[in-house]
Amino acid sequence: MKLRTDKGFAALPALYARMAGDEKHDWAAASTLDVLWVLHDRVLDVSPDRVDDPGRDRFLLSKGHGPMAYYAVLAAKGFLDPSLLDTWTEWDSPLGLHPDRVLVPGVEIGSGSLGHGLPIAVGTALGLRLQGGTQRVVVLIGDGELDEGSNHEAIAVASRFGLDRLTVVVVDNRSGTHGWPGGIAARFAVEGWEATTVDGRDQDALHDALTIPHVGTPLVVVAEVR
Amino acid sequence: MSTMREAFARTVTEAMETDPRLVVVLAEISRDVFPTTDRVINVGIREQAMVGVGAGLALSGLRPVVHSYAPFLVERPFEQVKLDFGHQDLGGVLVSVGASYDDPGWGRTHQAPGDVALIDTLPGWTVHVPGHPDEVVPLLRTALAAENRVYLRLSLRTNARAYPVAEGFTVVRKGRLGVVLAVGPMLDRVLEATEGVDVTVLYAATVRPFDGEGLRRAVRAADHADVLLVEPYLAGTSTHVVAEALADVPARVRSLGVQREAELHAYGTVEDHDAAHDLDVLGVAAAVRRMYDHGGQA
Repeated sequence: MKLRTDKGFAALPALYARMAGDEKHDWAAASTLDVLWVLHDRVLDVSPDRVDDPGRDRFLLSKGHGPMAYYAVLAAKGFLDPSLLDTWTEWDSPLGLHPDRVLVPGVEIGSGSLGHGLPIAVGTALGLRLQGGTQRVVVLIGDGELDEGSNHEAIAVASRFGLDRLTVVVVDNRSGTHGWPGGIAARFAVEGWEATTVDGRDQDALHDALTIPHVGTPLVVVAEVR
Repeated sequence: MSTMREAFARTVTEAMETDPRLVVVLAEISRDVFPTTDRVINVGIREQAMVGVGAGLALSGLRPVVHSYAPFLVERPFEQVKLDFGHQDLGGVLVSVGASYDDPGWGRTHQAPGDVALIDTLPGWTVHVPGHPDEVVPLLRTALAAENRVYLRLSLRTNARAYPVAEGFTVVRKGRLGVVLAVGPMLDRVLEATEGVDVTVLYAATVRPFDGEGLRRAVRAADHADVLLVEPYLAGTSTHVVAEALADVPARVRSLGVQREAELHAYGTVEDHDAAHDLDVLGVAAAVRRMYDHGGQA
């Protein structure tokens, strides 16, 4: 298991370079990389042959800006033919600077404008629960994205509705201008969320955080990336 | 007679008994006209979340009915309407009340004459503007059973009678001098304003898709390609589709609706606002005279 994981993860830089060029710095700077990998490799119940299966888990990339790491992970996991990475941002490519769910199988939402993914994830979690499902819904947002007020509407609603199949990952690379005094996790905790903060580069710590039991309430994992 | 809002709530509640896909999303407004069930979701006064949650429900395979007062359904969370439904290519039924100025005492904050024009900037939306509560029921039943994106604009303004809900425009009256197209609750005022004037009157409870073929047919049957468009929302909202429908006909087109030039900063009654926008019978009749008073001469 561990061996396969390492091997797969090691394949990512070459996939990434097919879009962004062979810039090691750029690759290392992809703040979402480890989270995306852990989710797709060890946490989410998703696979390329089940992109339309109602029983699959849902991963919503709300922070759609800079999706190369996401595309690389999708290619490594077989959702995308790696040759498509060479077409990145071309007219008829399914891959752009923001992902589009209509164009890419396995991409659950199109994103780019910030603050949309979390409210949609709340609705998705509500809808799956109404239909008797137990699928996980995981949405990834950024600390700067958290500025958008729509997130705070959704944070309150998710907890009031006890959406315990919902997980938010906040990748915190301190990109917001005004910051979050007291920490991001506290913003969720005050609403009753199960909240934890981990090193966003530590894949085992991420895995442990993403699998914390949270009965009756949603979970937030703040992944700090420097 | 029940209101359009009551007809809406009754129709949705009845349909929910047999269609497990249906789920209602509210932001406090109208919470008392729906039953208490886990399929009626009130998110509180959070309209961005209301629309986003509606889209998420659609993403999970359900058919969301998202409802609020028009400015808080279309204008405040407009980007959610554009992206969460449109860009994601999801279906849903958006139902507003309040219209252009149903409650003028509340002032500008509760007026949304621009709602249809805004929705019209987005591809793939069906837009219904019923003129009577009895028209709401069939329009809504069709919308609930479908998969598409629908905007249903309800109002307290109604015509005296309902017209059968049809695919295209309904020919209410036939004449030689030209064509008046009345949308939704404007029909009664148009009929009174055109009394004794030899024009065709078309009625539309659905404006998107726009029945351009029906309009062309009516224009060809008249002696003059003079078209007066009378809409209960922002003036000119449908002028571009009228122009497109008559692209191969030299035509004269005038559009009546809620005027764009100035904000009134006035309360008063709906009749006061009709008069201010020349949407009362007098105002429409004056426009009819200006358009058709050529005694049938070319």
